[in-house]
Amino acid sequence: MSELDLEKKEMNEERIAMPHRGGGTWKIVLAAIVAAAILIAGAFATGLLSIGGDEESVTLTGAGATFPMPLILKWADEYYNETDQSVKVDYAGGGSGAGITQIKDNNVDFAGTDAPLSAADSTTYGLVHIPETLGAVVVAFNEPTVSSLKLDGSTLARIFMKNITAWDDPEITVLNPGVTLPSEQITTIVRSDSSGTTFVFSGYLAKISSEFDELYGQGKSVSWPDAIGASGNSGVTQTIKTTAHSIGYIELSYAIENDVPFAQLENHDGNFVTASLETTSAAAASFTLPAGDGDWSGVNILDQPGANAYPIASFTYILVYKELHNDGSSMNKTAAQALLDFLWWCLHEDGQAYGPDLHYAELPASVVAINEATLNSITYDGEVLR
Amino acid sequence: MRGNEKGTSVLRGKPLSFGGDLVFRYSVMVVATLTLALVWLLVIMMVIDASSSIDTFGLGFVTGDVWDPNRDVYGALPFIFGTLLTTGIALIIGVPLSIGIAVYLSELAPPYLRGPLSFVVELLAAVPSVIYGLWAMYALRPVIVGTVEPFLSDILGWTPLFAGDSVGLDKFTAGIILAIMIIPTIASVSKEAMMAVPDSQREAALSLGATRYETTRMAVLTYARSGIFGATILGLGRAVGETMAVAMTIGNANVISWSLLDPGQTMASLIANNWGEAQDLQLSALIEMGLVLFVVALVVNVFARLMVGRFMKAVPSTGGGL
Amino acid sequence: MNIYERRRIKNTLASGLALACVVLALIPLVYILAEVVIKGAPALSWEFLTSRTVGTGEPGEGIGNAIVGTLLLVFYAGLIGLPVGILTGIYVSEYGNNRFGTTVRFFNDVLANFPSIVVGLLAYALVVAYLDVGFSLIAGAFALAIIMIPIVANTTEEALRMVPNSLREGALALGVPRWRTVLKVMLTNARSGIVTGSLLSIARIAGETAPLLLTAFYSSYWSFSPTEPVASLPLTIFRNYNSPSDVLLEQAWGASLVLILIVLSLNIGVRILMRPRKRKHKAVKRRWMTRLSRKT
Repeated sequence: MSELDLEKKEMNEERIAMPHRGGGTWKIVLAAIVAAAILIAGAFATGLLSIGGDEESVTLTGAGATFPMPLILKWADEYYNETDQSVKVDYAGGGSGAGITQIKDNNVDFAGTDAPLSAADSTTYGLVHIPETLGAVVVAFNEPTVSSLKLDGSTLARIFMKNITAWDDPEITVLNPGVTLPSEQITTIVRSDSSGTTFVFSGYLAKISSEFDELYGQGKSVSWPDAIGASGNSGVTQTIKTTAHSIGYIELSYAIENDVPFAQLENHDGNFVTASLETTSAAAASFTLPAGDGDWSGVNILDQPGANAYPIASFTYILVYKELHNDGSSMNKTAAQALLDFLWWCLHEDGQAYGPDLHYAELPASVVAINEATLNSITYDGEVLR
Repeated sequence: MRGNEKGTSVLRGKPLSFGGDLVFRYSVMVVATLTLALVWLLVIMMVIDASSSIDTFGLGFVTGDVWDPNRDVYGALPFIFGTLLTTGIALIIGVPLSIGIAVYLSELAPPYLRGPLSFVVELLAAVPSVIYGLWAMYALRPVIVGTVEPFLSDILGWTPLFAGDSVGLDKFTAGIILAIMIIPTIASVSKEAMMAVPDSQREAALSLGATRYETTRMAVLTYARSGIFGATILGLGRAVGETMAVAMTIGNANVISWSLLDPGQTMASLIANNWGEAQDLQLSALIEMGLVLFVVALVVNVFARLMVGRFMKAVPSTGGGL
Repeated sequence: MNIYERRRIKNTLASGLALACVVLALIPLVYILAEVVIKGAPALSWEFLTSRTVGTGEPGEGIGNAIVGTLLLVFYAGLIGLPVGILTGIYVSEYGNNRFGTTVRFFNDVLANFPSIVVGLLAYALVVAYLDVGFSLIAGAFALAIIMIPIVANTTEEALRMVPNSLREGALALGVPRWRTVLKVMLTNARSGIVTGSLLSIARIAGETAPLLLTAFYSSYWSFSPTEPVASLPLTIFRNYNSPSDVLLEQAWGASLVLILIVLSLNIGVRILMRPRKRKHKAVKRRWMTRLSRKT
């Protein structure tokens, strides 16, 4: 065959072959499957993955308020080590409402909430309240020329009701002699999302100011007039930090961690108090709590008497079923026992000791006593576990 | 046809394969029906969950402008308003920019730039919205408050759209961050559509003496029009449903206000904000809000298709070639 | 100025405009990427990548389990979502010129417009509650798959539509059965568009937070069973952002960086595998080999 013919043949061969890329798509699929297989195999090999989990280990899940989340997660981690990795606790936040819905649906073992349940809800569902820690809501501000601010309840209410609109309003200056306040407009920053923090803060304002109570009332969401809303405590903190002449309400831990100045508030006894772990605990000292399965809807430690009591303090609660083996629950006896042991550990010195580093106040002894009685009354199939 | 054993040709196999055709066609149809099933499931589920709110408020939900969880009164109007405004801004700014980018990447960019730039643009679709939101708060907002909004106030402050002062947390800022977020999606998909236009189209136009710009306009953009439209729909979907980045920039005020420089609220952001704490009637109202959101997006979708559909009739629907 | 000059000026202006769009849009985009790298890089370390999440901001914490969780979620979601999406796209483009096809296309667009939190709600109602699987990896993957499907279907349909009719007609005329035409000829030519769509959808779901809240929940431990809750990068970022600790905030930026790097490597990996085989070079080589081996 001549060279020319050979070339023609080869050219023809090329032309007949359609633009076919040699199974590229299949290669990708194959590669993906191989990669995934390696991943999973590796996980098994290093013992990170195991089907069904160890028979020894128990996993407890909780959801709810984001305020106590750092503390609960710390407890979970420490308890994991305490029990030689046999009890795993997971808490996913999501908000008090989500937590309450999840525990009503029996999707979680315990829920966290900043606001107590109504009497009807706790009896219908058979849930008990266990206050596990205390927190404080502070009034943070961003006024470049001012480093310390004193306010009282009624002035605070009037600021957030937009009756007071300027920083140098006489009502503010009279409380802060010696401090020069500019004549700028106050921008109020509030929570745009439903939250326990708003519930506590608005509860305080409603208690102090009947006008606020009538117009707005206490609630997880308030229709604040003329305010900028931000999402979550972080959102409010960041918005305050980046907006001059602003004022807003956040949890104490956020103010401390982010170096945001906050105001001293006048308490029930007439003293100006700075929020701190001590003043928060002082607020809970004289309050009598109901029994675990009682009516907690009226519980609050706002504006409490006490020389050192901080006025905007609040409990946050863990909710569990009184009868842990109820309809729809998939908890077995080991898990129930583990849950109670875990809660016992958290509420006593072992767990409470981790609070202060994370800016949570320790529970006073009287509250611990009530919680002990509550835990001792929780049953599984009618049998008391502790 | 016999030939070399290494089957590189599609001509292998039986020439007539009715069985295979039928099986293929019907299996594909079954899968396509899944999409329908999913949508119906979603709608039915939402209607069931929203029933208590629908019963309580009826049509007043859509016209009501009060959202008060404390008094259990819910109305969606301020949020419909906010969603339409912010999505509008996002599309008005985002779509032209995206098309510009797509044109550049597919027609004008030198080969060594095309790959890396396309890459970067696609990658940005993966950035989580929290990060977009954080960036908007710390980097975008100062620029807007310092430069853009004063400028707009000076020139357009007399119009109701730009009246008033602002601290930078308003519908305008939210619209801008949304525009930035949808650009990667619209640009990438449009670019693909443009690159898929056969060279023969471009060559035909060029051979008639058209300039680069005219070629692009006549041949490429026209041919890829449906692809670009599809890309816009995807971008619209993201803008309408975006929660975190909007919540961090829009100021979250549940009121109707015409000025873009005033804070507002969108439906998606409201749902995300209140989801965690909502129960009973409020939860039902939030789900009804989700339904309204979906209906609004649908209406915009249909409207846009009708408008563009008139132009799209000119382009054959099965990629007619030469 | 005659008409030619005018057209030339328009041309230059338009090119300039396109370039300006790129520059304008790229400024914030690159700025964001740079922020993520600058703020996230300090958090990266071997310990960071291999320790599990705890949520307290104390030393020894990392995002290892979240990384694996996200990879698994994306993998399972892709397993469900990619085939469904591509096949739906094929259907609408090839067989969809009837009313059913138009309906499917329409519903697909509708699906694309659902807020992701509602999709999460559906997955919750179906998988977590109705099928009683509880919070789990598989519920999360299901929710993500639903988000993927419209994106993949849309881009597949458009990509197939752009393949010139001549190719399809040529194959059919040669007697290739319809299904083979679609699979071999059309898909191969539309490959670039389909892959872009798939990668885009993967990038999108890798960063989704809302649907996972109600489905995959969260886990601070190294468990990856399909029926148990699982950690994920977007939820870790969300959780860290909402906590007061600034160590956790830095870790959130680090996690974002890792997320972007994962998507980046996926993109690169797929592009490399998809490089067209250099047939031309092979043919030239063959020709020369034959020539050289032949006795002249």
